Amino acid sequence: MTLVEGSITTTRVCAVADLTPELGVAALVAGEQVAVFLLADGSVHAVQNLDPFSGAYVMSRGITGSRGDVPTIASPLYKQVFSLLDGACLVTMDKDPKPGLAPDLAVHRVRLDNGEVFIDLAGSV
Amino acid sequence: MTTEHIVVVGGGMVAHRFTEALRARDTGGRYSVEVLAEEPRAPYDRVALTSYFTGRTPEDLQLGDPALWDDPLVTLRRDSGATAVDRARRVVTVEGGREVAYDHLVLATGSYAWAPPTPGADLPGVFMYRTVDDVAALRGWVEERREALGRPVRGAVIGGGLLGLEAAGALQGLGCVSTVIQFSDRLMNLQVDEGGGEALKRLIEKLGVTVRVKTATTAIRADKDGHVGSLIFADGGEQLVDVVVFATGVRPRDELGAAAGLELGARGGVVVDDTCLTADPAVTAIGEVACIQGACIGLIAPGNTMAEIAVDRLLGGASTFPGADTATKLKLLGVDVASFGDAFATTPGALEMVYADPVNGVYKKLVLTDDATTLLGGVLVGDASAYASLRPQVGARLQGDPAGWLLPEGAIERPNVELPDEAGVCSCNNVSAGAIRDSVNHDGCTDLGAVKACTKAGTSCGSCLPLVKKIMATELEKSGIEVSNALCEHVEMSRAQLFDAVRVAELTTFSEIMDRFGTGRGCDICKPAIASILASLYNQHVLAEGRAALQDTNDRVMANMQKDGTYSVVPRVPGGEILPEHLILIGQIAQDYGLYTKITGGQRIDMFGARLDQLPGIWKRLVDAGMESGQAYGKSLRTVKSCVGSDWCRYGVQDSVGLAIALELRYRGLRSPHKLKFGVSGCARECAEARGKDVGVIATDKGWNIYVGGNGGFTPVHAQLLVEDVDDEAVFRIIDRYLMFYIRTADRLQRTAPWQQEYEGGLDAIRKVVVDDSLGICADLDAHMARHVDTYEDEWKAVLNDPERLKQFTSFVNAPDQPDPSLAYVEQRGQRRPATPQEREAGPVLIASTTLEVRS
Ligand code: SRM
Ligand SMILES: Cc1cc2nc3c(=O)[nH]c(=O)nc-3n(C[C@H](O)[C@H](O)[C@H](O)COP(=O)(O)OP(=O)(O)OC[C@H]3O[C@@H](n4cnc5c(N)ncnc54)[C@H](O)[C@@H]3O)c2cc1C
Ligand code: SF4
Ligand code: FES
Repeated sequence: MTLVEGSITTTRVCAVADLTPELGVAALVAGEQVAVFLLADGSVHAVQNLDPFSGAYVMSRGITGSRGDVPTIASPLYKQVFSLLDGACLVTMDKDPKPGLAPDLAVHRVRLDNGEVFIDLAGSV
Repeated sequence: MTTEHIVVVGGGMVAHRFTEALRARDTGGRYSVEVLAEEPRAPYDRVALTSYFTGRTPEDLQLGDPALWDDPLVTLRRDSGATAVDRARRVVTVEGGREVAYDHLVLATGSYAWAPPTPGADLPGVFMYRTVDDVAALRGWVEERREALGRPVRGAVIGGGLLGLEAAGALQGLGCVSTVIQFSDRLMNLQVDEGGGEALKRLIEKLGVTVRVKTATTAIRADKDGHVGSLIFADGGEQLVDVVVFATGVRPRDELGAAAGLELGARGGVVVDDTCLTADPAVTAIGEVACIQGACIGLIAPGNTMAEIAVDRLLGGASTFPGADTATKLKLLGVDVASFGDAFATTPGALEMVYADPVNGVYKKLVLTDDATTLLGGVLVGDASAYASLRPQVGARLQGDPAGWLLPEGAIERPNVELPDEAGVCSCNNVSAGAIRDSVNHDGCTDLGAVKACTKAGTSCGSCLPLVKKIMATELEKSGIEVSNALCEHVEMSRAQLFDAVRVAELTTFSEIMDRFGTGRGCDICKPAIASILASLYNQHVLAEGRAALQDTNDRVMANMQKDGTYSVVPRVPGGEILPEHLILIGQIAQDYGLYTKITGGQRIDMFGARLDQLPGIWKRLVDAGMESGQAYGKSLRTVKSCVGSDWCRYGVQDSVGLAIALELRYRGLRSPHKLKFGVSGCARECAEARGKDVGVIATDKGWNIYVGGNGGFTPVHAQLLVEDVDDEAVFRIIDRYLMFYIRTADRLQRTAPWQQEYEGGLDAIRKVVVDDSLGICADLDAHMARHVDTYEDEWKAVLNDPERLKQFTSFVNAPDQPDPSLAYVEQRGQRRPATPQEREAGPVLIASTTLEVRS
């Protein structure tokens, strides 16, 4: 289902209740693969599912955590760590991303409404 | 006091170092500095230029702290090429005619990339390799040509030196088929000798780059559209090309100096003395443009040294140029190359010691004095692991047996070097062993990050880091400072301490443990470590309530993730003995799902390329037929390798297969700090390679010998004898205790070999614990293992019976029927493998996994 809200295209991906705290899932939003995380504090975050350091669509299967106060997600392949707030790559493991890919993740805007999770690709942070 | 104005011409790496050092040391504000840069950007890291092709942007290449340019005493003028210097009036003219006056002038104009005059060198598609603009234009061209041609772009690099190979790597990275064309008889002829050049050529060719040596390019011809089209060689040969890069050397940009009447060197460059001054006391030259001690040096380290000397002199110091260290270490296209000191053995009477392994592409040479005691230099190709330790020993007595440095790591003991304080460790930043020791002993640095920040060692090329780390650790140990063994920022304790704390406090969940012993929400380091501790202690399911989110991906879906995000499936084959019907079933499943199959090194079969959503269907068929998880993904028992033993073999003295199966069934599913592998051989011929395993059992006439602490991997170690001639019952009892003791006391991800070596008192002390019960904990260890054996259940079977846990095995939360669309494969030798990026672009050869017929 695609809702049009003002000029923004927002897609419902699932109910918050479908998510397990600290365990990611992948979602398809307008053909894009997005990784969605419900954290223990109840917040929901969405980033690109593409792991820039391997070129595989696997970010949803990484481990959540924190560095200082920043909630993070670690790539399951080569263990780079990214901020869930702005997508910045915090730990590169001394590696470079695959050619043509930026080291940071795109972060997508998430809206919670009535227990449902909406993701807005257009509003990437 | 009035401020004196310094004008620096050139905004490159050395100009940056000069400005940075001046502002750091001229605390009284004696000088203001104005940098005239011809390029449109602030100085950047030219050495790292090639990383532009792996996604780094010009901003990422920025040097140092950008706040330098906001300093009120610093002015950076971009897009401001200097056109003339008038030494009599002390003014520099900038493009457009503006004049800038100076009290002191610093020439830091570097070099330009030089190409031999070649007809056609000005065609579109011919590039140089020196600046960000060069590499940006190169990338743009290759991308555009690929689009237009619809096939991989053919690239050639003229010049097979250091820079040429780097450029070839960049072309490969851009997906070109590339050729290196070298005029001389070998690659990198300035750094490596003939043997090294041969090894290097073979290694580079293995990577798919074609190498032509002894080839002179006489002309570049255009294709029908007027783009670069082919290379014409002196021997009459011709090669089709879509892009050409010249990497044929550099020449100093000494034109300003020449026009201003300054003396030039025989091969160009503004002549300076050992203090970097020209004949004009108001003009200094530093970096690649300077001809110092008779030569221009094309490396950053001596350039930085000149910058430091110039600053020191301007502030009244007395330092002089010590001569350049032209040692080089590179990782080109993933190939190690290093050359240092008198690499070509030009010292009279010099001896050369050579080790060559053409099969593995390794060539190493040490150059020694005629009495074979003092190291003069060397060449390392294919394996440069000894470089960091050897380079600082040049000119000194070589410690230990020279062969130790040449043979592959681990073949014989490498000499343990204690470098003298004055030995240089980091050549990029000119840091000695003493300076590193000082940072630990006087400046209170206790980790690598602090030492790097304090000394700058290891902050450029990074090749000295292993040595820096070793010196730091030795120093910390000497002064009795405890090296922090905190697990991570959330848990202060080491793994062993945490294990005991959790066991004694009888905690069973992650949140309880974090409340008592940790802070924050955990991370990818402490979460899997705690999950492993809980699994070892209570043997609960890896995906038990709340556990899944702690596990590393592999444990979380009970399969090994592959490079494309699919998984491998490895059923357990205890002792390597397998029923024909199980073999058939594996073949059947692989065929039905189109999985790639391979016999593993652990005597079982691996099926690769299963999608997350296919795992339960595959495992249902395996479990229904009585097979179970092989935990190939877990930090737990992997395989017990066996030889055929007394049942069939004419030499076998014991039933090695029977014991191997019994051991594998006993310890299957046991979670540990790292993986565990066993081997059982039926006689001393040792066909199961048991001494390469964590636990190796070898039959004797009287029973079994148990060996422990063997390891393959990066640092192979043979297992050592723990007990001799014991019976079956003792085999189980002793291994039970050895494993449990390891599980309780080892560090995170520490295998048995390093654990055993580092345990205080070594294997003798461990033997006392597990055989003589010196700590009085054996009853506890026995009980713990008995609990594990009694409560074992196959974790895949458990998941298949649990609809809640099965939910995790879907592709997309909002489109569970749609498989991951990014997967793509090609056929190879009758099976499929992931397509490479180039193959993906080529398109038609792809077999999308979703189009394979699947019967599930
Ligand atoms: C499949 C296999 C290669 C093969 O095709 O033969 C293999 C494949 C992998 N090995 Fe291995 N190793 C395999 C036998 C070995 C062996 C030989 C042996 O067991 O007899 C060794 C050396 C012996 C040893 O372990 O001491 C070996 C030493 C390693 C190491 C280095 C460990 C070390 O202590 O340094 C790693 C890296 C690690 O574990 O951190 C590794 C890691 C890996 C990983 C798990 C890499 C990864 O994280 O993705 C590979 C995953 C395979 C998969 O997806 O199934 N593999 N690996 C072998 C599986 C055996 C099995 O049936 O379970
Ligand atoms: C791809 C590549 C890889 C390299 N790898 C290594 C390596 O691994 N190790 C190593 O030691 N060295 C390496 N080098 C060499 C290293 O980059 C140089 O030694 C170093 O940059 C020299 O610094 P410099 O400041 O003297 O010259 P440059 O960095 O060349 O800077 C000179 C600057 O002055 C400017 N300029 C010139 N004339 C004028 C003028 N009239 N007015 C205003 N501005 C002017 C130029 O535009 C340029 O920006 C590499 C070089 C390249 C290109
Ligand atoms: S040796 Fe390396 S490449 Fe081969 S299976 Fe083991 S980890 Fe993978
Ligand atoms: S030697 Fe290059 S960073 Fe130390």
